[in-house]
Amino acid sequence: MLRTAFRASQLQRGALRTPLLQPSSFALARRFLSQDTRAKIQDAVSSTPVVLFMKGTPDAPQCGFSRATVQILDIQGVPAEKLRTFNVLEDAELRTAIKEFSEWPTIPQVYINGEFVGGCDIILGMHQSGELETLLEKHGIIPPVEADAKEASAAA
Amino acid sequence: MPIPQENLEKAIRDVIPITHLQIIDQSNGCGENYAIFVVSDAFEGKTTLARHRFINEILKTEIALMHAFSQKTLTPKQWEAQQAKEAAETTVAAS
Repeated sequence: MLRTAFRASQLQRGALRTPLLQPSSFALARRFLSQDTRAKIQDAVSSTPVVLFMKGTPDAPQCGFSRATVQILDIQGVPAEKLRTFNVLEDAELRTAIKEFSEWPTIPQVYINGEFVGGCDIILGMHQSGELETLLEKHGIIPPVEADAKEASAAA
Repeated sequence: MPIPQENLEKAIRDVIPITHLQIIDQSNGCGENYAIFVVSDAFEGKTTLARHRFINEILKTEIALMHAFSQKTLTPKQWEAQQAKEAAETTVAAS
C-alpha cells in the first residue's frame, strides 16, 4: 500500500516536473530584477547606438559566441565610439538581470538603438543574409554603401 | 548536470509539428552544450527573433542548466531552398 502510494507520487512528480520548475524559476528571476536594476539596464541599452553584453572584453573575449559577435560587429565596421560593451563576467547581478530584461537565456546579447536584436546565432544569420548591414545603415551606425559609391563616382 | 538529448527532442516535438529536427551534442560528453536545428511549419510568417524566443521558451528549464546553446530555425520552404542551393553548389564544386 505504502509502496504503491510512493510510486504513484513519484510518477506524478515526474510528470509534473517541467510545469513545476518553470513558474518557480520564472518567479525567482522576476524577483531578482528590481525596478532600479531594470532602469539601469534601460539606460545602458539606450546609452550608445550599439550595445553588446558579452563574456569578457572585445580584446579578450571569454567565450566563442561572444568572440564571434565582436568579430561580426568589427567586420561590419561599427565604429568604436558607437559601440559599448558590458562584461557580464565582472558583474554577477548584470549577468542574471540582462537575461530577464531581454527575456533571452544566453549571452552575448546585442542591442541596436535600445532595441534587442538577438544573440550570436541571430547576429551571425543576419550578417550572412545582409540584414545586419541594412539595419546598421538604417540606424546611421555605418555609412550606406550606395552613398559611398555615389560620392566616389561624383568625385571621378 | 547533463541534460539528456531525448528530453530536448520530446519537449520540442510535444509543442510544434516537426519536419526535421537535429540535435547535436557539442559538449564532448558533459551534456551541457547543444546546438539544435529545427524545421517546422510553426515558424511560417515569424521573424528569426520570434522563432528563437519560441524555442527558448519551450526549452527554458533545460537552457538554464546548460553551458552553451545555439539554434537554427527554418520553415520547410526555407529548408528546401537551402538544400537545393547546397546541392547546386556541390554540383558546381564537383564539375
